[in-house]
Amino acid sequence: MSHNIAIEIQTLSKSYGDMKALDQVSLQIPKGSFFALLGPNGAGKSTLIGVLSGLINADAGSVKILGHDVVTDYAAARRLIGLVPQELIDEPFFSILDLLRIQAGYFGLGKAQWPWIDTLLQKLGLWDKKDAGMPALSGGMKRRVLIALALVHKPSVLVLDEPTAGVDIELRLGLWAFIRELHAEGMTIILTTHYLEEAEQLCEQVAILREGKILALSSTQALLASHPWEYVEVTLAVAAATLPDMLQQALHRRQGNKLVLRLPRGQQRAEIASAIQEAGLLLTEMRQVEASLEDVFRVLTRSGSEL
Amino acid sequence: MRRYLGFMTLCHKEIKRFMSVSIQTVFAPLVSTLLYLLIFGQVMQTGDSGFDGLAYHQFLLPGLMMMAMLQNAFSNSSSSLIQSKMYGNLDLLLLSPLSPAAIFSAFVVGAVVRGIMVGFAIGIVGSLWVAMPVMHVVWLMVFTLLTTMVMGALGFLAGLWAAKYDQLAAFQNFVILPLTFLSGVFYSVSVLPPVWQQATWFNPFFYMVDGFRFGILGVSDVSPWLSFAITLGFMLLLSIVTITLLTRGWKIRR
Ligand SMILES: Nc1ncnc2c1ncn2[C@@H]1O[C@H](COP(=O)(O)OP(=O)(O)O)[C@@H](O)[C@H]1O
Ligand SMILES: [Mg+2]
Repeated sequence: MSHNIAIEIQTLSKSYGDMKALDQVSLQIPKGSFFALLGPNGAGKSTLIGVLSGLINADAGSVKILGHDVVTDYAAARRLIGLVPQELIDEPFFSILDLLRIQAGYFGLGKAQWPWIDTLLQKLGLWDKKDAGMPALSGGMKRRVLIALALVHKPSVLVLDEPTAGVDIELRLGLWAFIRELHAEGMTIILTTHYLEEAEQLCEQVAILREGKILALSSTQALLASHPWEYVEVTLAVAAATLPDMLQQALHRRQGNKLVLRLPRGQQRAEIASAIQEAGLLLTEMRQVEASLEDVFRVLTRSGSEL
Repeated sequence: MRRYLGFMTLCHKEIKRFMSVSIQTVFAPLVSTLLYLLIFGQVMQTGDSGFDGLAYHQFLLPGLMMMAMLQNAFSNSSSSLIQSKMYGNLDLLLLSPLSPAAIFSAFVVGAVVRGIMVGFAIGIVGSLWVAMPVMHVVWLMVFTLLTTMVMGALGFLAGLWAAKYDQLAAFQNFVILPLTFLSGVFYSVSVLPPVWQQATWFNPFFYMVDGFRFGILGVSDVSPWLSFAITLGFMLLLSIVTITLLTRGWKIRR
């Protein structure tokens, strides 16, 4: 039972004034999973992560990291979790290397940890900057220093809050390769990201948060499969100026003579083909496109009656 | 053992922080205090110290040492904490397993070390010119340690409370500075009118300065035991209040 759970969140609530940043959130994150926490801006993702890591005090509810309560057993809980915060930080007095050694020291880890710190510097492409100070680094570099800082004590759970914001694409790929390596070695990874493709490619499990509540929680596969729409890409011989009503209504995206149609699941594709023919257009290709996490996310987080 | 290493790491960091800017944190207060000694000591050389057989500059030197220790110990923990808040790196500490008591104590250690460095540098340079007998070395050490601890604790509390640099500056200008100047750094309270003498008894800084001066000169306005008891009590009160606030995450854990 509980020994398979990395994070156990029970009816967690946190308000800022009248605003409920977290509203009775309950969630279990299995050990060894690669977990995405998604949601629009202001959904409460950072607040939730803040409570996990001890930076934020919740109003009610509890969080356990591998069985250790983050309030009553904070020292053990904090040794098991590493947080890469969303906001960048600065530290003008110490070099990157000193900073990492100091951070390890806070965890009671001395010289024996230094080879691991060197490994982190190398893996994260910071080796050349190890004697520089934080203020001399670009935003992307600072982000990587924060990742190294979160990993100095080799936590069992790594939490990354918008880790790739401001990091260029090439670095982003390198970064994910490293995080995947850590995951393969057994680390539980939790991330929030605005790049839904990243979540889709990396994460097995997804929770979607909106206005402090969990809207959806399932495996990425199941979430994609539960999407109420399917997508069909239609290629016409010639781009048409006007489309028949049926196609116009289903139109999701349009690029010249390529149309992506959004259809309720199970609608006959033959109907589309005949609608095209009736309109006197020539169909050259028609194929199904998978729903992306982005599509799922859009539908789920849109407020109003569309759901 | 692990907790001990964490605490030592933070102490070391606090000391290294001010040492990396020692011109500003150690040398500048040394020079400005020696200027005070030079000018006031010179101008008031014939002045009355309030104690028989004691020249004014002899009375002044321990007072100035104390003033420098008070201010620098306070500055160290308060600036360190507010800078950490401003730069956001306080979160790194809050993410660690260090206990509130360990965090508080390590900041106090940093303040004690800086206070003692500045105070003793002033004492050593000043004694080349003004006779420094050191009558009771144990009391001297006790009050040096206790005072820098109290000021380190007070600085930590102020740094915890302040959200901006100017709030901290206000605390320094409207609380620390008046209490320091009214603590008998420049004069013996026995020369004051009775009303002011009574007001002085409510100033905790007075007991620190008076006890410290007893350690050096062997003269004081009140018994060193009374000063010791009051200063120690003040330190305990400050520690309990600050550690409690820190445990609750007052102003730092959102
Ligand atoms: N310290 C704070 N004071 C007041 N409101 C806050 C604070 N932190 C977050 N909030 C509010 O709580 C809500 C959730 O914020 P956050 O967890 O940062 O969202 P997300 O990370 O999903 O974008 C937002 O409406 C935000 O404005
Ligand atoms: Mg956020």
